[in-house]
Amino acid sequence: MFNYYIKVAWISILRHWGLSLLMICAIGLGIGATMTTVTVNYLMSANPIPHKSEQLFYVQLDSWDVNDPFDEGQNPPDQMTFIDSTNLMKAKKAFRQNVQAQAFAVIEPSDPEILPLIVSGRANSADFFAMFDVPFIYGSGWSSSADDNKEQVVVLNKETNDKLYGGENSVGKSIKIDGNMFKIVGVIDTWEPKPRFYDITTGAFNDSEEIFVPFNLIAEEKITRSGNNSCWKPFGDGFKAYLASECIWTQFWVELKTEQDKQAYLAFLNAYVEEQKQFGRFERPMDNRLSNVMQWLENQEVVADDAKMMMAMAIMFLVVCLLNTVGLLLAKFLGKAPEIGLRQALGASKATLFCQYLIESACIGLAGGILGLFLAFLGLIGIEKLYGENMQGLATLDGNMMVLSIVVSLVATLIAGIYPTWRACKVQPAHQLKCQ
Amino acid sequence: MLEIGLILRALMRNKIGALLIALQIALTLAIMVNAIFMIQDRNQQMLRESGLDETNTFYLTNTIFGNDYNNKVHLQTDLHAIRNTPGIIDAIQINAIPLSGGGWSMALQHEPGDDKDTIGSAVYMVDDHALNALGVELIAGENFTAQDIQWREEGTSKWPPKTIITKAFAEQLYPDNWQLAIGKTFYISQTQPIQIIGVMKALQAPWNGWTGVERSMLVPFQMESKNSRYFIRTEPGRRDEMMPIIEKLLAESDKERIIRRVTTLEETRKRSYRQQNATNKILTTVIITLTLITGFGIVGLAIFSINRRTKQIGTRRALGATQWQVMRYFMVENFMISAIGVIIGVIGAIAINMWLVSTFSLSPISFDLILFGVISLFFVGQLAVLYPARRAAKISPATATRTV
Repeated sequence: MFNYYIKVAWISILRHWGLSLLMICAIGLGIGATMTTVTVNYLMSANPIPHKSEQLFYVQLDSWDVNDPFDEGQNPPDQMTFIDSTNLMKAKKAFRQNVQAQAFAVIEPSDPEILPLIVSGRANSADFFAMFDVPFIYGSGWSSSADDNKEQVVVLNKETNDKLYGGENSVGKSIKIDGNMFKIVGVIDTWEPKPRFYDITTGAFNDSEEIFVPFNLIAEEKITRSGNNSCWKPFGDGFKAYLASECIWTQFWVELKTEQDKQAYLAFLNAYVEEQKQFGRFERPMDNRLSNVMQWLENQEVVADDAKMMMAMAIMFLVVCLLNTVGLLLAKFLGKAPEIGLRQALGASKATLFCQYLIESACIGLAGGILGLFLAFLGLIGIEKLYGENMQGLATLDGNMMVLSIVVSLVATLIAGIYPTWRACKVQPAHQLKCQ
Repeated sequence: MLEIGLILRALMRNKIGALLIALQIALTLAIMVNAIFMIQDRNQQMLRESGLDETNTFYLTNTIFGNDYNNKVHLQTDLHAIRNTPGIIDAIQINAIPLSGGGWSMALQHEPGDDKDTIGSAVYMVDDHALNALGVELIAGENFTAQDIQWREEGTSKWPPKTIITKAFAEQLYPDNWQLAIGKTFYISQTQPIQIIGVMKALQAPWNGWTGVERSMLVPFQMESKNSRYFIRTEPGRRDEMMPIIEKLLAESDKERIIRRVTTLEETRKRSYRQQNATNKILTTVIITLTLITGFGIVGLAIFSINRRTKQIGTRRALGATQWQVMRYFMVENFMISAIGVIIGVIGAIAINMWLVSTFSLSPISFDLILFGVISLFFVGQLAVLYPARRAAKISPATATRTV
């Protein structure tokens, strides 16, 4: 019976091929636009580390100017001063803790024929690798004693290791970075969390860094920091004065296993700020925050306004396309009144007719969905082309999205088909037959 | 006149069909008007002038990796060599590039102290060649002299005693008469006095999304830096030819550094506004496809309703209606449906705009734009119904005499 319905639907679609094509195109365009924008939003708001995002917390302390609050008082500063992150690091009150900043370095290969290499770097603590589940090909991260002893060790990413050592195990080798010798302790595998949640201050969708070095080497002036820096209070000359200043340029993450641990850590932070207040710091009201990964991404508005706006537009676009389909289906089915009347007179039940026309709608929906999938694919390529590296890796259709787009188009067309089908089945056979 | 009552009664017999078209028109109008509005908003942003001679300038990054490098001497040698290359108008060392997204900002205040009101501005550290190299125009006061230029050690907190600011900044400092700013002393870093010696016409800050993007200041500093930028202006039309020449000149003169990111200002502008450009293109595509879908939807429905009414149309023609009268019937019908759609659409457009204003802090929509949307949708509707209406008009009166 089902095959018969499909056959009848196919004949009907072919007979009014212009209208059918119009409906398929409309649904296809609507689904294509919606899926393109939904995909971008979905990937932007993806959880980059699902199994532990609830246990990783970004720490914020309000050390800002009492007269001119940070972010107009909406949020505490998005980074931390060097003094505070160093103190929190020393306290070691969390299960794991990591202080980090972006860095910048020049590698001079031992082979004088190879040109020096400029690399993006991250200066971080030993816990970074365990905290964020960084995968290693060779070796591992450094130990926390290497942090304390300010050892000149480095972890390379796969790409840099490929470039410098042809992909061989380079652990144990020495490498000249900014004029100083560093020992390679590990090589990490391809690791590109999207969004790059561990540091969104310099762009949430940037690539992860090429080298990783101990954070303490910044204070030793062995590594040059980069990234954002904001200051509100003037400070003296020289690098030591800068380190002791109220400028914010470090980021602090902790890993806390349970809600209890979190409460304990918050209490510790409050006590710390209370203590610092006695030295004349932290003049603003206490506002210490622990945000887990998803809260932090939300707070920093990682999903761009443009992407949200575009998605809203696309959904309205889909609604227009569906209204279009409802109208066209209605016209088509009403045009078949004589045929329906005849079939009813010959004994077809309303349920049979309803079923048949619904299947016809579903066929159109399916075709529209497939077209939409293809258009979404093109749309994502277009978006990647237009936006460039900002969107790299954000514009790919995954299995979930493909299934979703087919389901959405089917459901949407079925909903669109219900009213016209119902109207068509209300035809009075006697009336129709009389007219003929 | 125009059989409005008659058409209305006929429409009421197929309320849903008409309502569907009206709703489509309404949503199309609402989306179209707001999309155009967003495009205009972005276009305005992109049209702002940076103040630079954009077509004839480029910059590069000079990264030093050697230890014990004499920064000060090498900087002078480099600038001297670049400035004396034929085809180059001028060159400077600078700490940040307008529109590039990365830079330094400081605030000025009328009175010294840590609790006074301040006005933020971008800071460009340059020497006395800056006006010429950037291509900005000094409209009042004077330029720095060679004696004003100070050597800035890394990590210093001292600021030089003189500055040149943009007119927009001066207007912010003296809203009534910007010329009052010339010669006045302000305070930078809360307590250090700094005198405004000149005012430039325009020079944008590095951040195009910042509300204070027109505020910037030049300070006479040459910087000790392992990673500094040179900004170079060439004779008109010779930029592309000079870029590799300068890169080669610098790279070969000294092996303890890397010359990288040789970039034109035009490229920087393109990158800076890439997102705005991309969004505009997408919005334009949305408007066009949406209008097409609505248009074709009207065509499809009209053809169908005409096919269903072939007999009635034939009868009307047989009873003496002219071809024009039949055509007019469908056009008036479409006009009436459009009118309902447009009324709902205007309300929808304003509602969407209010949501945009509150969520994305855009400014409210203008009346002209709504009017434009209304007129263009009426036009699209009439255009779409034209072909079906002409087909209807061609139905021969003889049809009425035949059975279907």
